[in-house]
Amino acid sequence: MLKLERTIAYIVLIFMTCLSLFPFIILIVNSTRLHSDISKGFSILPSKYFLQNWINLFSDKNIPILRALWNSVLISTLTASLSVYFSAVTAYGIHMYSFKGKEVAFRFIMLVMMVPPQVSALGFLRLIMKMNLLDNFIPLIIPTIAAPIVFFFILQYMKSSLPFEIVEAARIDGSGEIRTFNTIVLPILKPAIAVQAIFGFVGSWNNYFMPALIINSKGNKTIPILIAQLRSADYMKFDLGKVYMLIFIAIVPLMIVYLLLSKYIIRGITMGSVKG
Amino acid sequence: MTKLTRFFFALAIASLFVPSVFANGNKEDSKSMDQGKVLNIYAWNDEFQTRFNDYYAAKLPADVTVNWIITPNADNAYQNKLDEALLAQDSVSNDEKIDIFLVEADYALKYVDTPYTLDVNKTIGLTDSDLANQYQYTKDIMTDSKGVLKGVSWQACPGGFIYRRSIAEDVIGSSDPKDVQAALDSWDKFDSVAAEAKAKDYFMLSGYDDAFRVFSDNMSSKWVKGNKINIDPSIERWIDMTKEYTDLGYNNKANLWSAESWGGAAVDGRVFGYFGPGWFVDFCLGPATLDDPDAEKTIGNGSYGDWGLVKGPQGFSWGGTWICGAAGSDNLDLIKDIMYTLTVDEDVLVAIAQDKGDFTNNEASMARLAASDYQNSFLGGQNHMAEFLESAKSIDRSSMSAYDQGMTEKLMNSFSDYFNGTVTKEQAWDNFYTAVLELYPNLSK
Amino acid sequence: MRKKKFISYSKWGYLFLAPFFIIYTIFALIPLLSTFYNSFFENYRVGLTQVGPTFIGLDNYKEILTNAGVPKYAMNTLIMWLLGFVPQIVVSLLLSVWFASSALKIKGQSFFKTVIYLPNLIMAAAFSMLFFTLFSDAGPINSILTSAGLINEPIRYLSMTNTSRGLIALMNFLMWYGNTTILLMAGILGIDESLFEAARMDGATSGQIFSKIIIPLLIPILVFVMITSLIGGIQMFDVPQILTKGDGLPNRTTMTLIMYLNKHLFSRNFGLAGAVSVMIFLITAVLSFIVYNFSMKSYYADK
Repeated sequence: MLKLERTIAYIVLIFMTCLSLFPFIILIVNSTRLHSDISKGFSILPSKYFLQNWINLFSDKNIPILRALWNSVLISTLTASLSVYFSAVTAYGIHMYSFKGKEVAFRFIMLVMMVPPQVSALGFLRLIMKMNLLDNFIPLIIPTIAAPIVFFFILQYMKSSLPFEIVEAARIDGSGEIRTFNTIVLPILKPAIAVQAIFGFVGSWNNYFMPALIINSKGNKTIPILIAQLRSADYMKFDLGKVYMLIFIAIVPLMIVYLLLSKYIIRGITMGSVKG
Repeated sequence: MTKLTRFFFALAIASLFVPSVFANGNKEDSKSMDQGKVLNIYAWNDEFQTRFNDYYAAKLPADVTVNWIITPNADNAYQNKLDEALLAQDSVSNDEKIDIFLVEADYALKYVDTPYTLDVNKTIGLTDSDLANQYQYTKDIMTDSKGVLKGVSWQACPGGFIYRRSIAEDVIGSSDPKDVQAALDSWDKFDSVAAEAKAKDYFMLSGYDDAFRVFSDNMSSKWVKGNKINIDPSIERWIDMTKEYTDLGYNNKANLWSAESWGGAAVDGRVFGYFGPGWFVDFCLGPATLDDPDAEKTIGNGSYGDWGLVKGPQGFSWGGTWICGAAGSDNLDLIKDIMYTLTVDEDVLVAIAQDKGDFTNNEASMARLAASDYQNSFLGGQNHMAEFLESAKSIDRSSMSAYDQGMTEKLMNSFSDYFNGTVTKEQAWDNFYTAVLELYPNLSK
Repeated sequence: MRKKKFISYSKWGYLFLAPFFIIYTIFALIPLLSTFYNSFFENYRVGLTQVGPTFIGLDNYKEILTNAGVPKYAMNTLIMWLLGFVPQIVVSLLLSVWFASSALKIKGQSFFKTVIYLPNLIMAAAFSMLFFTLFSDAGPINSILTSAGLINEPIRYLSMTNTSRGLIALMNFLMWYGNTTILLMAGILGIDESLFEAARMDGATSGQIFSKIIIPLLIPILVFVMITSLIGGIQMFDVPQILTKGDGLPNRTTMTLIMYLNKHLFSRNFGLAGAVSVMIFLITAVLSFIVYNFSMKSYYADK
């Protein structure tokens, strides 16, 4: 009986593994094929035009890849770090202190957690225009300081892994509140912070909706905007080889970071949600 | 802090000291000069950019910087971005103002009758005699309700039926443009050739939208009357014909611009022909037919060279790109020079026609080209300029409106369901109206 | 030193909450309220000409609830979410039980756990582009099925409601099942191992352990998973937008709420977009009320 169950488990796992790896394989294989091959059909075997596509992509003056990579790294890094740091700050405020209005504050954050960002996109865009911040990275980075979902996750984690006694001990030792938070609390939150940082990074890295509305100039474009530009700008000179090469370039850094951190991430999620 | 977070913060702080990252270009004011040193050009692809670079860039003053602001057309992103920039034109510094922007036929009228476009004659300074050789319809489109010309184009876009020679040989018995035109010069004949093609396992057309431009360009009334949506009989004819073709298997059910559609033109493709203008021939279909895009473009590379062009059952035009000067620009001299070089200068226009395959906007030089020994290698050595010249004579775009783009897109999407057999015709119309009213809230059914 | 012992810490609470509330107010709350305010006005742009704003009361709401069919799009969203969520929860439950089972001892766990997460890294746009190609009329899926003799004619997946919705659900499933699996696994690991031991001693089968022990103890985390997935479901946009050309083809049956909102955003219809936003907000408010009850209970249960 157990043997049968184990066999079924392995079959399902292998099937799901194939299903999950399949898109990656196709994306990578397609980056080695020429536009004409790709549009003619599908192949599981790589071709030999990786370098050709690479050269085609990098010689396209309308596609400033290096600049966009730098922009994407910068925005995603800042977004991820600001959102986890300040979410931890907020969660700590709710978790550690009692004060008037705390209940209301918590209820408020829980309520807005579910509001889709698109709902306020129109008002946001008008505000940004009034503040004269169009074509600027600030509206893409600063608002992520208020990230309700990250806050909620870190709060859950705090409840399970941050004993009050440690903070009390630090206070008795004369450590200031902010110093206590930065030097004692943050390290304890490391797993949760790592998880949310990578999620934040991935989310921001792949974000198209907002940057497309805000960024204008060539030098400020991010990778997803370039992909959209390549894919749809010019149906007449649409080069799928270039598109897949750019997707490849966009995915590889993510995969490397992800594979390096994956153990950490899985552990972080596991610990963070034990108390669900 | 962990090493990782410390790294993030170091980066964050470092970035604050890199002003160029957050600022958008230098905001230096041009010092009491008449002409700005920064030229901002808004476009949706690099079609104009390549022409600019190949035929004008050498004349550009050394101290002028050109900024290309290229935004894809998809999801209307180009127009959204352009509109925001035009509306903010007054509030930004001279070097950030739009100087030139490009518009397509489908939405040109949205910008023509507004104060955001410059008067080509009075403000920019091209004279009537400069423009005398340009096709009248390219000027009519860009003339506002007060008779002021607001933009110029380097191309005219008469269309034709681009057919596969080997398939024509098999179906009609000849691949010569004269014989093919004789076999296809009315819709009735076109239908019967389609039936013969079907019998030999070919598709007359690639998909639903292939013939659309032939019908939409021959509309006798505008899409909107007052504020009411108006359906021209020509559009109804397109719907009925396409449904019939689909049900009889005369088309390949491919979407315009899709891989399937181009696949039909590949060496083993089964599509008889495509409707299209000059830019479609060399810019779209040409590359799609190649087996190896890096090898020489000759017969034997895919289906390259196995094509011919005829006027087909009905003359039509499709598309076109116009250059507009933006109100508020501080580069009027430069705009004039660019417009002159790229749309008036005969040598340049002939060169564009020969190098790029555009049918350019100069009647006299196109006539000369049609009479010359010019050969288009994609079209099997045919000099197709004569066909275009003929087709261009009858172009009448007086039924154009500012709504063409939205109407076209929504009509194609809504009716693809009907052609697929998913919905009834009534339901397709309902969906069309719903989608159009979302796009243009000022209209009514 | 003595004084410090009796210091009130409540001002620190305000200080720690300040960044969130300041930033949220400026960049989210004000835009949100202005969006709501706009919903009572006729306010749109035709070409470059502004129409309105003119106060029209609740007309925008009448329009979206009756003519435009917001209920229909809400239903589409719900159906496509469920189509993806149900298999997701089933597969994730199975995988997490297997991973956590000490009796099965699945080998290569860390490999599998890493792999099932990978699809989440792909940009939704790239993912739907890939599916668009895979399932196109002349695409590889059709060629495989045809050459295997399973079908004679290519299936036109994106021309039919069921297959279009199915593909969207499949993509959502693939992108999120890894996430769900790991969350559920965490919940299962939290269950006291001795419960399983005792059950096995009493001769309970795997099925019985699953239904009588795991499921009841997993209810809180299942609710959490469901709610977070629902939040994602309400925000469903990129995948169907790209797969169905933004018009929810065929016959607007794949049009989600956010796609519909997006239509008004892009025609700069501030009035109708505002009204649609309010409707979406109300839907999420009801849902968040449920989450709130759930999470507050668990929050105070800890104390």
